[in-house]
Amino acid sequence: MATAPTSEVITPATGTPAPPGRSALRTHLPRVVLYIILALFCIYYLLPLYVMVVNSLKPLSEITSGGMMSLPSDWTIEPWGSAWSTAQVGVEATGLRPYFLNSLMMVVPAVAITTILGALNGYVLTKWSFRGSTLIFGLLLFGCFIPFQMVLIPMARMLGLMGLAGSVSGLIFVHLVYGIGFSTLYFRNYYAAFPTELVRAAQIDGAGFFTIFRRILLPSSGPIAVVCIIWLFTNIWNDFLFGASFSDFDSQPMTVALNNLVQSSTGVKEYNVHFAGAIMAALPTLLVYIVAGRYFVRGLMAGSVKG
Amino acid sequence: MGFLDIKNATKSYGAVKVLYETDISVEEGEFLVLVGPSGCGKSTLLNMIAGLEDVTSGDIAIKGRSMIGVKPAERNIAMVFQSYALYPNMTVRGNISFGMEMHGIAKPERERKIDEVAELLQIQPLLDRKPGQLSGGQRQRVAMGRALTRDPDVFLFDEPLSNLDAKLRVDMRTEIKKLHQKLGTTIVYVTHDQIEALTLSTRIAVMYGGYVQQLGTPKEVYDNPANMFVAGFMGSPSMNLFPARVTNHDGTIAAEVRLSDGTQARLPFVSGTMAAHEGREIVLGIRPEAITDRDGADRNSSAIHIVEAPVELTEPAGSDTFVATNMGGKDITARFRADVQVKAGDRFPFAINMEKAVAFDPKTEARIA
Ligand SMILES: Nc1ncnc2c1ncn2[C@@H]1O[C@H](COP(=O)(O)OP(=O)(O)OP(=O)(O)O)[C@@H](O)[C@H]1O
Ligand SMILES: [Mg+2]
Repeated sequence: MATAPTSEVITPATGTPAPPGRSALRTHLPRVVLYIILALFCIYYLLPLYVMVVNSLKPLSEITSGGMMSLPSDWTIEPWGSAWSTAQVGVEATGLRPYFLNSLMMVVPAVAITTILGALNGYVLTKWSFRGSTLIFGLLLFGCFIPFQMVLIPMARMLGLMGLAGSVSGLIFVHLVYGIGFSTLYFRNYYAAFPTELVRAAQIDGAGFFTIFRRILLPSSGPIAVVCIIWLFTNIWNDFLFGASFSDFDSQPMTVALNNLVQSSTGVKEYNVHFAGAIMAALPTLLVYIVAGRYFVRGLMAGSVKG
Repeated sequence: MGFLDIKNATKSYGAVKVLYETDISVEEGEFLVLVGPSGCGKSTLLNMIAGLEDVTSGDIAIKGRSMIGVKPAERNIAMVFQSYALYPNMTVRGNISFGMEMHGIAKPERERKIDEVAELLQIQPLLDRKPGQLSGGQRQRVAMGRALTRDPDVFLFDEPLSNLDAKLRVDMRTEIKKLHQKLGTTIVYVTHDQIEALTLSTRIAVMYGGYVQQLGTPKEVYDNPANMFVAGFMGSPSMNLFPARVTNHDGTIAAEVRLSDGTQARLPFVSGTMAAHEGREIVLGIRPEAITDRDGADRNSSAIHIVEAPVELTEPAGSDTFVATNMGGKDITARFRADVQVKAGDRFPFAINMEKAVAFDPKTEARIA
């Protein structure tokens, strides 16, 4: 990891201060160029966000008159209000709110259950491995790589048979099935590095299967749980295909509703409302990254170093 | 029937047999040490006693009750692990009380017990720290404290000292020995360090390749090794093992040994049984302390023989000087007093105590006499 530049430049090879003048410039130059390039990349990546934010805060007239890139001259949060509660989504003028709630009701249980099951699987696969456990792990991994499109029709049939078709519970189930391979993979690799002697010590202390899991393993699982949660949350929240395939009007997730909002053909296209809606749809994942992001990197590193 | 009985116990992983038929009977209050090189099955046997590994065949019984199918927690044993296995998320107090909590012991009783153990091991100031904030020796103590709260029938130790530095290891060794004398609990202790085995144990099981090679008191194992493996493994520096021929010279049965300058030395046996092996090649085993300078020889021995041999190397080690020579083509270490004047290249009289000599069959490696 690069250290912050200090007033006195230490050349790594000798550890002595660099002589002043031209050679100082020579040592600084690569870094300056590097920062310029990085800054350009930053701008490049942030530009779309900028466009979305400014346009969601101006009246429609300012956009249609061609001022896409300029700051709003007449600031307004009205597009946000409209996107949230009054905009036409599909056939009804409900705004995105009910669908946002649908998404929340889908993503929270799906992430929670998938993470807990993944942790349990990882625990069993590493600390209570049984004949055939490697095979089961292999199959779970295989499940990670099955393309979504392939399971659409069988899954639709399954959901129908289970009476979950067109419901939020059905979506939770689908995401759980898809997520469990990944969460198991994460936790299995993490727990493989967890000392087995601790489990044995707890066994001798008289702790049972679940007590060991809850009292010994879980408290040390923070980093990997965060990684798993971010991964699952992002994927499930952003999923469009399953949402579009398996939901009814009243169980559509945010992504599908956003599409409907943008595609609504009645009247003029309210770009400012669309921008506001798109940001709304992206906010939760952004929030999860900001809150848990540092752990994300840390967790990935911990996993990779400890194997 | 002993307190802890290992009866014909074996262990296989699939087709691989890692522990062959093992019979050990441990009396109450004994300190049994399982010693052997890495991979010989010591931990496996210990884990079988603990119930962490299944017994493939045979039986293990504690106080006459078979332990087959009994959970580790219900065997009334306590175990100290090589890595200490302290729960990283709990304080020292939490670590010590966890087992009692699991066994449903009420809080005041747990507190009382923690204080008692903390005082015994002098870890009171550490009780509210996490294991990560302790030194190796302190962790070791906490791990023992956790085991002590159980009042177990049998204590199991798996190389508890191997992560400590040399000095601390000696200190903790003394403490474990004191603890055993104070509590009188039966202990089974695994180590690959033969000095630990000799100093701590009341009995030693020397293991190698999944077999118990010899079971006996430290003195028996040291003085009367059952085979060449035990002879070479126990003791430091290890026993000198070199080829010799049994000869009969005018009725004196002796071992004839070739020295590095081509001359032959004759070492008469004390035991009469060697007559049966006349003419045979054998491997002679003599410990370094039984090959000394003339004045350092054991005065109580009636079988000191002087052999003049060339000195190849001297290694002053403070209290002793180790002197190397060559017999039968093997390097031999002798233990001289520190102030003997001797240097490499000298021809020097070595005093060999034949009372302490043992003989092995070179093929089977078993003890002959
Ligand atoms: N799960 C397993 N599957 C197959 N073989 C195993 C397994 N566990 C241990 N072994 C083998 O059993 C043998 C004995 O192992 P054990 O752990 O008892 O050795 P040890 O004497 O304790 O050695 P160390 O001093 O290195 O701890 C080793 O050869 C090891 O490879
Ligand atoms: Mg071991």
